This record gives sequence, C-alpha cells and structure tokens, in this order.
Amino acid sequence: MPKPLPKPKPVPYRGGGFNPRPLGIVGPIVFILLIGLWEVGSQTGIIRALILPAPSEAFGALKELVQSGFLWKHLSASLQRLAIGWTTGSIAGILVGLSIGLFSMARAGFVPVVSAMFPIPKIALLPLFIIWFGIGEGSKVATLFFGTFFPTVIATYSGVDNVDRSLIRMGQSFNLSWLSIVRKIVLPGALPAILSGCRISASIAIILLVAAEMIGAEFGVGAYILLAGNLMAMDQLIAGVALLSSMGLIVAFLIGKAERHLLRWRR
Amino acid sequence: MNLELQNIGHAYEDLRVLEGINLQIEEGQIVCIVGPSGCGKSTLLRLIGGLEVATEGKVLMGAEAPSESLNPLTYVFQDFALLPWRTVEENISLVLEDHPLSSSERQVIIDDVLARTNLSEFGHVFPRQLSGGMKQRVAIARALAVKPSVMLMDEPLSALDSQTRELLMEDLVALWGREKFTAVYVTHNLSEAVRLGHRIVVLSRRPGQICDVVDIDTPLDRRDSADPKLAAKVKELWQLLHDEAAAADRELADA
Repeated sequence: MPKPLPKPKPVPYRGGGFNPRPLGIVGPIVFILLIGLWEVGSQTGIIRALILPAPSEAFGALKELVQSGFLWKHLSASLQRLAIGWTTGSIAGILVGLSIGLFSMARAGFVPVVSAMFPIPKIALLPLFIIWFGIGEGSKVATLFFGTFFPTVIATYSGVDNVDRSLIRMGQSFNLSWLSIVRKIVLPGALPAILSGCRISASIAIILLVAAEMIGAEFGVGAYILLAGNLMAMDQLIAGVALLSSMGLIVAFLIGKAERHLLRWRR
Repeated sequence: MNLELQNIGHAYEDLRVLEGINLQIEEGQIVCIVGPSGCGKSTLLRLIGGLEVATEGKVLMGAEAPSESLNPLTYVFQDFALLPWRTVEENISLVLEDHPLSSSERQVIIDDVLARTNLSEFGHVFPRQLSGGMKQRVAIARALAVKPSVMLMDEPLSALDSQTRELLMEDLVALWGREKFTAVYVTHNLSEAVRLGHRIVVLSRRPGQICDVVDIDTPLDRRDSADPKLAAKVKELWQLLHDEAAAADRELADA
C-alpha cells in the first residue's frame, strides 16, 4: 500500500518589508506627544523649572517677544543675513562646481583647494572675517557665504560628473552647440544633486548664522539666544531655539517644494 | 548621400580594434554590419559619424549633403538617449533649437515626424511613461526631424523584447518604403540584418576586418521571417560567424 501523501500546505509568504511608506500623520503626533509629556513633567514637578522650563513658559516668552515687537526685528535681521549669504554662496558654488565639472584645468586647480578648505569650521575664521569685512554685516554674511559655498561646489561637480555621458554624446551627434549641451543636458542632469546640496547648505547656513550672530550682533535670533543664556532666562532660550528649528523646517519645506516642481519629470 | 570608408583602422592605445576596412555605402541602401561581440562594430559606426577619429584611413562623404538636411549624419542609439526631463515633443525640439527655425516651423516638423512614427498622441508625455519600443520610436522621430542623409543606427532594437523588436522592424520597413533613406545599421542579431539589410557586412573578431559582404535582393517589404531563402541566408551568415563568435567569447576583456 502506498504511503499517504502529506497534506498540502500553502507556500509561506517571504517577501515584503524594506519599503518605507509615507505616514504623514505620525510625525506631528510624535511632536505633540513629546511636548505634552514634557509639559506634564514640568507641571507635576518631575522636571524642575531650573533645569528645563515648561513648554508653556517658553511659549509665554515667545508671546512676549511678539508683543514687544522685537520678534520681527530679530527675525528680519537673521533672515536677511541668511538670504544674502546663502544665495551668493550657492550661486558662486554652482558656478565654480560647474567649471570643475566641465574643464580639466578648473578641476585640477580647484578640487585640492576645495578639499583643503571645506573641513575648516568657518566659525573659527570669524575673527579673520571681522578684520577683513568689519564687525557689522560683512563678516556675518561672509561666514555664511563660505559655509554654503564649499558644499555647493562639491554637490554641483559630483552632479555634473554623474550626468549620463551617452546623453552628452547624443547632443554632440546632433551638432548641438557647447552652450546648448551645458544648458539643456548637463545642468538639468546635475539639478537633482545641486538641489540636495542646497538642502545641506541651507542647514549649515542656519547653524553658522547663529554662531556668527553670537559675536557682535545687536539683533538676530542668535543674539537673542546668547542674551537669554547670559541672563539664565531659559524660557527665552527655548523660545529662540524653537524659532531656529521652525526656520529649518520652513527652509526644508520650501526646498522640498522646489524639488517637486523642478524634478517633476522624475515621478 | 554616398559614404566611402577608405582603409579604416583603429586602435585604443595598444589594442587594435579595426583593420583595413574598405566599404562603399550607396545612397538609398541599408547596410547592416554584423559581427561577434567586441569586434568593433559600434566603434566603426562612431568613426563613420565623426564621434571618434580613426587612427588610420578616412571616411569620405560622396557628395555635398542636400541643403535641407540639418544634420547629415544622424544617430539612433541603443539606449535611446532621450532626455528624461523633456517631454516627447521637447526631446525632438531639442535637436531643432540650435537651427534658425521659427517656433511655428519647428512645430510643423515635430508634428510631421510624430505623425510618421505614429506618436501624435504622445507628444506631451515624459519618456519614463513610455515602453522601450515607444522610446525608440521617439528617438527615430527625433532622427527624422533633422532630415538626415545617412542614419547611423547602433543596435537600435537590442534593448527591446523580441515582440517589440518585430513591431519596430515592420515600422522601419514601412518607413524605408516611403523615404528610401540611407542607413548603416549595426546589430549582432542576424535575423534583423537579413530582414532590414540590402547589404550585410560581416566583421571578424578583434581586430575587426571585413570577412564577407552578402547582398540580399529580395525587396524589404516582401521579406518574411518564414521565407526559406532568408532562413538560408541567416544560416549562411551564422556559419561565417560561428567560429569567430566562439573565439571572441573566450577572449579576456583586458587582454
């Protein structure tokens, strides 16, 4: 008699995972939960006010800042420095990065300089910048300029290096002019890398902004935080830090918007 | 336009890839170049179109290109080479933008070539939305837009599946029926060569030399893959190539 066959089993599923999905609601919930826990901790006295002020107190300090009218003064000073320093640094960085990507001479000349200068913390050079550009706006903008310039250079030329050579050869085979190839093939091909470089350089710019404003600035979010720290006004310090992180969030949001618009061909 | 290849030889540093190639490309003919992989077929095509310069010999254009031709020697690439950030129409527009044409003249040309390749309803689509076969049709439309005298086709169907390849071959045959264009068509696929070539040039393995030239008289529109005469041609070509392909297969890439 033949042995009875074993009962057939379904094949177990082994795929799945490794595929992050966007869960838009989770981020805000985590934020609210953290701040809520912190508030509860402060209210019940587990977190002492001396160590960390309650979020509501920081919010109060922020409200005071709005009512006194100083918020706009600090913010506009900071945003102006950020805008000038970051845009000029990025534009110069894109130009130099492009020339490195396109010309062997520029590559041989600039790349070692960029490698040598990029890791220098620009804030260490601030005293030098003060001597060169004065204690006023000049030295602060220069710090931001150099801070954003180098990462943009690197992002741009590695973006140009990664442009599909077969597309460039196609352009040549149709007799496109050199300028057309750069404008219509190289630049759009490098754009994704340039934009992710902008993301990084914008964060670096915010970090440097605060550091530069801590030296000899009357107004600016950095100056506000420094003053709060000197007075041990922790609620104001937290309020200032919250301002900074919302600046970071807004910048990231704007660059995300720009990416979605400029790179819509990728979706 | 005729093309004449005079004693073409080419080497990359010490590596000789082509040797003593003499070939006439006649107006209105499709010349297929077949050979084992790495025999320098694609290099030869790049030399013909001026994307590389041969170390020996020269490529001569038989006559002045007709003045309406915007780009006498025009390539169709294996990987399509479409700009992903431009729509189908913009990709075709790209190769016209450097010429002194008004935007309405450009649009007329674009509409015309899209109609000839059955792409009219896909003008505003991005390449990523298209199948491989459709992408290659766009690349062919782009090549037609500059009114080439000679089309240089570098394995144009090799990235496509066999069904799509069959459809595109039919399209090419129909297109040739209407325009009688001149083309140099590089392929490793013998049945493609037999289907599309008036003349088939067989290259040896590296360094590539012409080991035979086979002419096929059957008109393009009457060729059929089931035709025993064509099947015999494929077999004949395969016998020529078999030993070369086997030897080429065993070669080290960096030897």
